[in-house]
Amino acid sequence: MSSSPAKPEPIPGTHLFDGDAAAKGFALNDMCFSFNDAANRQAFLDDEDGYCAKFNLTPEQRKAVADRSVLGMIAAGGNIYYLAKLAGIFGLNVQDVGSLQTGVPVDKFKAMLLAQGRGETYEAAHAEMMKGEMVNG
Amino acid sequence: MAEIVGAYFTSHVPAIGGAIHRGLQQDPYWKPFFDGFPPVQEWLAKVKPDVAIVFYNDHGLNFFLDKMPTFAVGAAAQYDNADEGWGLPLFKSFEGHLPLSWHIIESLVEDEFDITTCQKMLIDHALSIPFELAYPNADKWPTKLVPIAINTVQHPLPSAKRVLALGQAVNKAIQSWQGDERIVVIGTGGLSHQLDGERAGFINQDYDKFCMDNLSVDPAALTKDSVHEIVRLSGTQGVEILNWIGARGAMGEGVAAEIHRNYHIPISNTAAATMVLEPA
Ligand SMILES: [Fe+2]
Repeated sequence: MSSSPAKPEPIPGTHLFDGDAAAKGFALNDMCFSFNDAANRQAFLDDEDGYCAKFNLTPEQRKAVADRSVLGMIAAGGNIYYLAKLAGIFGLNVQDVGSLQTGVPVDKFKAMLLAQGRGETYEAAHAEMMKGEMVNG
Repeated sequence: MAEIVGAYFTSHVPAIGGAIHRGLQQDPYWKPFFDGFPPVQEWLAKVKPDVAIVFYNDHGLNFFLDKMPTFAVGAAAQYDNADEGWGLPLFKSFEGHLPLSWHIIESLVEDEFDITTCQKMLIDHALSIPFELAYPNADKWPTKLVPIAINTVQHPLPSAKRVLALGQAVNKAIQSWQGDERIVVIGTGGLSHQLDGERAGFINQDYDKFCMDNLSVDPAALTKDSVHEIVRLSGTQGVEILNWIGARGAMGEGVAAEIHRNYHIPISNTAAATMVLEPA
């Protein structure tokens, strides 16, 4: 992929799901795609280790799933549309997933969205959300 | 000759399906969003379309990353929904319009759009939710369907300029269609939102306003930014604006008239928007 055109300026806090990510994340996304089927969701709950092994998750992917680390799964090539199906198994919605990724309680994450609804910019609402929080390391 | 009665655009956040299922339309959180739909419903009752051409993106129901078409056109007699992973009640099926699907496919390929054709195609919330919102009491959808899926998932995505041209090529196909259908064009998804990464929760009201203000009068203004810049401006999933751009293109190159607009933040993590345009 070294022959691709120069990549544009990265977007802070944003991980584009490109060819590199798609190749890296294939096994993890493949497993998540299988969760469209209720029987597969149950099989995962019954035996998480066995189910992950069936899809040949990489050690990085397996660890991210075990840790329930959304950013870890994305770093391992996970795509959010597929990861959302895994999150669903744990009863997590996209605000929960937002809370996990920003490292703030879900109520603060929701408050940040509501602040934007009152006309605040993302930057202002985000700064307010992060007040008093440990910097996400 | 077939007539394009207009275009309808709306966000398609999955949680909307849950809110409909639980009857939360009057709930304070949901009301400002659902209040945007009576004008859409009244408009549809007036213009009475019998075919819908819908530009949308699949979210990992029909397409997996093993085969990911940039543009895919449905050519099925029927389109079904299926479990998207949350075990929710299924959305109603759609009746297809085979002759029109194949006519559009023929015309697009003639125009050098090398699309994928799908004789089997599951349709997900991105297609069903706009119909649930537009026809809340329907036992059966009043329109036949021609679905057009755009890859907004795996980069590289098609450029906004290319998507607008695709839409315009669909308009050309409709112009050469001999039937007398009344066609509504629908674009679903957006507006600004980002589900993934440390920037999750990102919304950009200025960019959304720019898109809504220009959609009717100057859709080409939405195609000046690269996909990368659109992601920067509207979020990783805000790039679903591509579906709106395709649908706008299918109205043809002339200026359109804005009939209705509603914009509300937040629905789930999303700046939710609804618009209706008519050919001017
Ligand atoms: Fe979407």
